[in-house]
Amino acid sequence: MFYREAGDFKTTYAADNQTFPIKIDRMGYYVALLVAFLIIPFTINDYWANAILLPFLIYSIAAIGLNILVGYCGQVSLGTGGFMAVGAYACYKLMTSFPEVSIFFHVLLSGGITALVCILFGLPSLRIKGFYLAVATLAAQFFLVWLFNRVPWFYNYSASGQINAPERTVFGVPVTGPNTESWATYLFCLVFLVICALVARNLTRGMAGRKWMAIRDMDIAAEIIGVNPLKAKLTAFGVSGFFIGISGALFFALYLGAVEVGEAFGIQKSFLVLFMIIIGGLGSIFGSFAGAAFLVLLPVVLKVVGVDWLGWPTDIVAHLQLVIVGGLIVMFLILEPHGLAQLWRVAKQKLRLWPFPH
Amino acid sequence: MKMKFATMAVTAMMAAAPAMADLVFPSLSYRTGPYAAGGIPFADGYADYFTLLNERDGGIGGVPTRLLECETGYNTEKGVECYESTKGEGALVYQPLSTGITYQLIPKTTADGIPMHTMGYGRTSAANGKVFSHTFNYPGTYWNGASGAINYLLAENGGDLNGHKIALVYHNSAYGKEPIRTLEELQKKHGFELSLLPVDHPGQEQKSQWLQIRREKPDTVLMWGWGVMNQVAIQEAANIRFPMENFIGIWWSGAEHDVLSAGAKANGYKALTFHNVGRDFPIFDDIQKYVVDAGKAAGAGDQIGNVLYNRGMYAAMLAAEAAKTAQEIHGTADITPAMMRDGMEALSITEEKMAGLGMPNFGPSFDVSCENHGGPGLVGVTQWDADSQTWSLISDFAETDMEVIGALIEEDSNAYASENNIEMSCN
Repeated sequence: MFYREAGDFKTTYAADNQTFPIKIDRMGYYVALLVAFLIIPFTINDYWANAILLPFLIYSIAAIGLNILVGYCGQVSLGTGGFMAVGAYACYKLMTSFPEVSIFFHVLLSGGITALVCILFGLPSLRIKGFYLAVATLAAQFFLVWLFNRVPWFYNYSASGQINAPERTVFGVPVTGPNTESWATYLFCLVFLVICALVARNLTRGMAGRKWMAIRDMDIAAEIIGVNPLKAKLTAFGVSGFFIGISGALFFALYLGAVEVGEAFGIQKSFLVLFMIIIGGLGSIFGSFAGAAFLVLLPVVLKVVGVDWLGWPTDIVAHLQLVIVGGLIVMFLILEPHGLAQLWRVAKQKLRLWPFPH
Repeated sequence: MKMKFATMAVTAMMAAAPAMADLVFPSLSYRTGPYAAGGIPFADGYADYFTLLNERDGGIGGVPTRLLECETGYNTEKGVECYESTKGEGALVYQPLSTGITYQLIPKTTADGIPMHTMGYGRTSAANGKVFSHTFNYPGTYWNGASGAINYLLAENGGDLNGHKIALVYHNSAYGKEPIRTLEELQKKHGFELSLLPVDHPGQEQKSQWLQIRREKPDTVLMWGWGVMNQVAIQEAANIRFPMENFIGIWWSGAEHDVLSAGAKANGYKALTFHNVGRDFPIFDDIQKYVVDAGKAAGAGDQIGNVLYNRGMYAAMLAAEAAKTAQEIHGTADITPAMMRDGMEALSITEEKMAGLGMPNFGPSFDVSCENHGGPGLVGVTQWDADSQTWSLISDFAETDMEVIGALIEEDSNAYASENNIEMSCN
């Protein structure tokens, strides 16, 4: 009744092609941005920033990156953890080698470096597909972790093999290191997330995205209608790597502050991000957000309910959490293989027809 | 999504409601995952000691203690979440029992003004209190451990290690890499040959490392392992018939559960330690009476007297004594984290004190000072007897090579200070 296109007149093609053609969607989007930029920074505390919002923002960027590769271009990747490690170590090397340059550019450059590495490991995708490609990217995961553990240059020859983020500021406000304010790290990550999401959304709606989807749906047919698989696949790897690199850099520099490659960027990380996009919805930007929110919030909610409210022993709650997350993944795959994004889409469709569904 | 945030907001506020007038000791434990075998007895010992204080003495200085347990799973991300969720409740001292989480928390705790005690783990150079104002690692560090092992070998081999071949099997992480620098320095000094064999997390895959040991036939194997890695290493050593008495683990590789699975073949395996083993101490009778029999034990109550249970209890004892010291210094029973830090820095453990607590001869006597947060670094050696299934101390708590270690600590901590623009304190 109220959620519909009717009455919302558009007089230009640009207006007709905008991301949110329905007015109420558009309003919701602006309200979300307003809350995120103008309200949360003033109400945030350390716990909210470090336990919930920072991981959510950072994993959202990673999920968007992986979604471009897996969801839009159909190239299964299990190398996310390794690529995030590339972003983190690139950021560390840049931060320590060029301390006078702003951290903002270091994060962007780390994304660029990861994009190059990702393209390199994407080359086999031109010859191999599906499960075989997954195995090839798995090799990337293990190789990269091994490399960062093995070559001392990457961790500046520190005795422990750990990398630590030194203090860096943006406009005089520290965003990395121990003396950060939670609103500063939050806003820094939020800016990156918004930029990444806008770029990703518009790339996937344009020619590049259509080429990726054509390759995903049927690569031979795509080739026949003139899509160059080399370019399409490698751009998908590159763009995906760029986002994942940014998320890795933020993950290390802002969120954890000190990182050990095998522990922070192991194979579990690859699976976690993959689960995010599967639960959230393959081939959907909203799905990346929903999946990241789901998998970041669920353990925290379970912990708060189990330990703080019900007073159960911590180990039982930790085990229950594994059971519940596992069960939910299976349930989602059976009941809604297209993820949370599809639920959202169905809800919107129903709402559009409500209250006269016929 | 917004609904979830709203519910979460309410939840967090309810969870963070401040409860004053008790001494809060967070326990970042891990009872799940590949390192749980070590995490459980340590967490039980830590919790039971505080329960004992509450039940028997009514807390510390009349103020009851409150233990906040938070499951980290040995995972740094969960460690951050645990730290943030507990620090608002007036947490007095953090003991993360994980070198990875320690590295993360060192700058955070310093910025928040909360002390951290990493007993026998963490960043060794934090022993330099001039740089690491809020981090303590008394009574011993990994570098003391490395030097203690070499000293023990020196004594065994008549003071000469020239041409002696030593292989270090280590967990490929910040924890396992910790002793390498010290061993390399000691190698120059004593002339033994050192070979490094990293084992990746979690440590179930060690076939190739032990194949290499079989080929190279080192005289001694040292191990820096934790969790499931220990059991696998001892089993593999038994499989290649490596003589167990030449196999020495760090103190995190020398608990009952590490050796039991290899059965009789593990007989003679050695491990370092910085505190005593066994359950022949009066305190365990009190724990049995006030905690276990009263049904208030943290775990199943079956871990008492285990090496890691003792260590968890020892850690709790040191924390409680530091809290007492802080209460004396500041003349108030309800102490803050800043007071706790002063108490830790002024901590003095004497033989009489330990005997009075029902723990005679349990650990070394030592004094913490502003400059030295690392304690005396005395290292003993224990050996496993597979028949009676007990660990026994086979050496005294001996001095380690502070000449080498002190220089390394100075170098590493100064590098950290200049990297992070830290001003030296204690002047």
